[in-house]
Amino acid sequence: MGAIADFLGGPDVVIAIVKVVVAFAALLVATLLTIWFERKVIADMQARIGPNRWGPFGVLQTVADGIKLFFKEDVRPRYADRWTYGLAPVMAAVPSFLAFAVIPFGDHVTVGGERVDFIVSDLNIGVLFFLAAGSIGVYGVVLAGWASGSKYPLLGGIRSSAQLISYEIALGLSLVPIVLVTNSLSTVDIVAAQAGSVGNVDLFDGTFLQGVSELFEVIPNWYIWSQWPAFLLFMIAGIAETNRAPFDLPEAETELIAGFHTEYSGIRFALFFLGEYIHVVVISAMAVTLFFGGWNGPIVDEFLPWIWPVGWFLVKTIAFVYLFIWLRATLPRLRYDRLMWLGWKRLIPASLLWIMVTAVVNVNPEGVDEQTLRSIRLAVFGALFLLVLFVVAKGDPRLKQVVTPERPRSRRAQKQGVKSGSS
Amino acid sequence: MPEGYFGSYVTIGVFAVVGLVLVFGTLALTRLLRPNVPTRAKTLTYESGIDPIGTGWAQANVRYYVFALLFVIFDVEAVFLFPWATVFEDLGTQAFVEMVIFIGVLALALLYAIKKRVLEWL
Repeated sequence: MGAIADFLGGPDVVIAIVKVVVAFAALLVATLLTIWFERKVIADMQARIGPNRWGPFGVLQTVADGIKLFFKEDVRPRYADRWTYGLAPVMAAVPSFLAFAVIPFGDHVTVGGERVDFIVSDLNIGVLFFLAAGSIGVYGVVLAGWASGSKYPLLGGIRSSAQLISYEIALGLSLVPIVLVTNSLSTVDIVAAQAGSVGNVDLFDGTFLQGVSELFEVIPNWYIWSQWPAFLLFMIAGIAETNRAPFDLPEAETELIAGFHTEYSGIRFALFFLGEYIHVVVISAMAVTLFFGGWNGPIVDEFLPWIWPVGWFLVKTIAFVYLFIWLRATLPRLRYDRLMWLGWKRLIPASLLWIMVTAVVNVNPEGVDEQTLRSIRLAVFGALFLLVLFVVAKGDPRLKQVVTPERPRSRRAQKQGVKSGSS
Repeated sequence: MPEGYFGSYVTIGVFAVVGLVLVFGTLALTRLLRPNVPTRAKTLTYESGIDPIGTGWAQANVRYYVFALLFVIFDVEAVFLFPWATVFEDLGTQAFVEMVIFIGVLALALLYAIKKRVLEWL
C-alpha cells in the first residue's frame, strides 16, 4: 500500500492525469480529422468535392454530424438483449482508446525538474497490451451482432468474429520477429532500437565503391529494411482488424445490410464509428512505432527540441492513415472464402516462416566460427526466400481455372440441384 | 510518469477509467437530449423493408466451429512465442532448437488441417 500512497502523494499523479487527458483530447480530435480527411481524399479520388460547408474546407463537417447523432433517438429493437445490446458499442470503442496508451508519440520534455515522457504508459509488455486491447474490441462486434435479436446482425457478427480471430493470429505472429530482434516487448525500447542510421556497412570499404558505404550512414536504422515481410503481414492483418476495405466483410452492405451494427442508431452507432476510426489511427501509429522508427526523424532543431519528434511521429502516422484511405478507395471487397484462404493458408504460414527466418539469422551458437555461421545463415535465408517466391508464384490453383458458364439445365435437374446445393 | 512496474499499470488503469467515464458520460448526456418514442414499427428488426419473419436466430455454418478451435491452438502458440522471443538472446541455441520443433509440430497440424480440407470454405 505504501506504493499507492507514494504515487498519489507525488507529482507523478498530476503528470499521469495530464497525459491521459491530453491523449484523449488528441485521439478525439484525430478521429474528427481522420473522418474529414477520409471523405475529402476519397472525394478527390472520385473527382468530387466532398464536404465543404462547415468550417474551412468542410473541416467541421464531422463535428456537425456528431452533434446530430447526439440528438437522435436511440432505437432498441424489441427482441434485443437489453444490457448486452447497450454495452456492445462501449466494448468496441474503449479498447481502441486503450491501445493508444502504449504508443510513444514523442521523446520527452522536462517540466519543473520532472521528466515527462511522451507516452501514456511505458508498459514492459507494451506490444502484448496492444494486441490484447485489439482482441477485446472483437467482443464489441460479436456481442452487437448477437444481442440485436435480428438476422442480418447475427450473420454479420458470426462472420466477422471468424474473420477477426483469423487475422488476429497473423497480427500477433507478425510482431514476434520484432520482439525477437529487440529482445524487449516495450514499445519505447523498440523505438530506441531504431534510432540513428544504418551505419557504415563496411561492405565496399577499400574499393572504388567506398561512397556507397557512406551512403548507408544517412539511411535511418528502421526495422522496415530488415523486417519488411513482417511489416507486410502486420499491415494486411491490421487492416483486417480494423474492419476496413478490402476486409470490410463484417459490414458488407451488399450482402448483410450493415452487418453487426444494422440495428444501431444514434449515439451507439456513433460509438462503433468512433471505435473504428480510432483503431485506424492506432494501427497506423503502431506501424510507425514498430517499423518506421517511431518519433525518430532526420531533423531535430534547437528551437523547441521536444516538438520535432512529435511532428515526425504525426507526419508518419498521417501517411499511414492516408494509405488506409487510399486502399479503401482502390480495392474491391474480398469474397469470404478468399479472405479465409488468405488468412489461414498464406498469412499464418508466412508469419511462422518469417519467425523462423529471423530466429535463424539472429541465433549465436557457441563454438562455430563466424565465417561458417554467415554461410549457413545465407544458405538458409536463400533457401527460404526461394521457397516463398515459389509459393507466391504458384498462387491459388483455383484462380487459374478457366471458369466456363454452366449450360442452362433442364427443370428437373434444377429441382434436384436445390437439394444438393450448399447455402 | 509514475516510475516502475506498479506506476505504469496505475496509469493504464487511469486511462481505462477516463475512457469508460467519457463513453458512459456521453451516453448519459444523450439520454437527456434525445427523444425516446418507441413505437411498434420502430422496434421491429430490419429485414429489407418487410416485417421480419420468424425469430432473429439465423442458422450459422458449422465451419465457424473448426476455425474457432484452430484459433485457440494458434493463439496459445503466440502466447508461448512472445516470452521466448523476449529472452531469445539469453537462452541461446538450445531454446532455438526447441522452438523450431514446437513451431514445426504446430505447422504440421496446420498442414494436416489444410490437407483434410477443413479450411476450405464452400
